[in-house]
Formats: sequence, structure tokens, C-alpha cells
Amino acid sequence: MVEWTEQERSIINNIFSNLDYDDIGPKALARCLIVYPWTQRYFASFGNLYNADAIKTNPNIATHGTKVLHGLDRAVKNLDNIKATYAELSVLHSEKLHVDPDNFKLLADCLTIVIAAKLGNAFTPEIQATFQKFLAVVVSALGRQYH
Amino acid sequence: MSLTEKDKAAVKALWAKISKSADAIGADALSRLLSVYPQTKTYFAHWPDLSPGSASVKNHGKKIMGGVALAVAKIDNLTGGLLELSELHAFKLRVDPANFKLLAHCLLVVISTMFPNDFTPEAHVALDKFLFNVALALSEKYR
Repeated sequence: MVEWTEQERSIINNIFSNLDYDDIGPKALARCLIVYPWTQRYFASFGNLYNADAIKTNPNIATHGTKVLHGLDRAVKNLDNIKATYAELSVLHSEKLHVDPDNFKLLADCLTIVIAAKLGNAFTPEIQATFQKFLAVVVSALGRQYH
Repeated sequence: MSLTEKDKAAVKALWAKISKSADAIGADALSRLLSVYPQTKTYFAHWPDLSPGSASVKNHGKKIMGGVALAVAKIDNLTGGLLELSELHAFKLRVDPANFKLLAHCLLVVISTMFPNDFTPEAHVALDKFLFNVALALSEKYR
């Protein structure tokens, strides 16, 4: 069971309540596809991913980025039960989407960097540590049901 | 994942923009490494003060960035250019190479906070590849 201090809960809630999902989601996903091009394998049907500009302006990627980011909401609302909360999504990513779980960490790292760009100095080492702990728990839960 | 000419150009262009702030970047990245990945503190047990912004952290951050600057200068031959540093890390410091990845990530985060407009996805991929190759060069002499 993951333990969260009051401070950590507050930091996580703060980040998400001030988040512009329609801005950050698309940016994080686009960055992942550009920085780790092999992740494009999961988006063959999304249209033109031919170069960085195409990826950044692709409307399907943008919509999907927002969707994925909202997927984190359920973790924020269920910090004490993330593993169970993501069981269904884990099965989906394994059985239906066939996503290599190593990719979750890649997207998490890109999200961290996009949020760092947005918050600047306000993204202190302590906040970074908490945010990365949160993402690590989500990533672990998403990989949990793979077999 | 070796560096293309395009990657090298992107790294040099980004470095030109950020190198004036090298000391601050190094100090911040190291502070973050110690906070976000507390296991890395084991390498610095001999320091009096491991808190972010301490003199030890600042000094060491500066030293690390000196290494990064050297790597940029030797970008066409990282293995050769970083030979001495590799021997230092392999035989004296014996830092587990897994940690290079962690520091690289912290460097990317710091650069992202300080230079959000310059750290585009294109610059990010080039720098990520560069740091990966620096880590490889540093690990060269380990075994």
C-alpha cells in the first residue's frame, strides 16, 4: 500500500486542479511521439505523424493527449487505492491495446517535462519528487494486470 | 541511437543558449537528483550538507556541467573525448551506470523549467540522445 503524506496529497491535488488539460495533454503525447519515435507504433491509424510539425498539429493526437491526461484523474481521486482503480485500464492496455508497459514511463517522463516547462521555478525539487512518485504508482498499476 | 549531424547541430545550438547558466543548471539538477531519487545520496555520504542549494551541491553541480561542456566540445568523438572521465567513474567513483539516466532526466527537467521556449520537442530528442551517448561513453571503461 502506498503511503501519502498530507503534503504530497496537497501537491498532487494542486497540480491537477490548476492543469490546462487541453494544453498539457496534447503537448505531452506529441513530445513522447517525437522524443521516443517507436511509440508511434500505437498510432498508425491517427494520420500524418511523418515529422515533428505533423505530430504537433495532428488533431487526433491532440484529442488523445487530452483523453490520456484525464485518465490520471481517477488516480488523483483514489490516491489510496490506485492499484484497484486502474485494474480495468491495465487489462485494456494489455489485452486490447497491446501497449508495452515500458512505454508508460516514457509518457510519464514527457508529462513531467511539459509540466516543468509550464511551472518553471515553481516546479521545485520537492514537487517534482512528489509528482514523479505519483506517476510511478500509476505506471505500476497500469502494468499490474499484464500476464 | 548514435548522434546524427542534425542531432549534433541541435545540441550545439541549445548549448549556446543555455551554457551561460551552466552553474545554476548543474546545481539545480543535482539538487533534484538527490530529492527525487534519494538512493543517489549514498554517493555523497561524505558531504556535510546534502540539501538543495548547499555549497557542496553547488560546487559539484558546477563540476558536472564542466563535464557536459567537455562532452559538447567532443561531440564528434565522445568515447575518445571522455576517456579520462570514464576511467575516473569506472575505477575511482564506481557510480552505478543506472544513475547516469537519472541525472540526465533531472538535467532535462531543469532545462525545461529554465528555457521552456527553447526546449522544444526537437531540442529535447537531440539532447536526450546526446546525454544517452555521454552516459555510454562514461560507462566505456567499467568492464
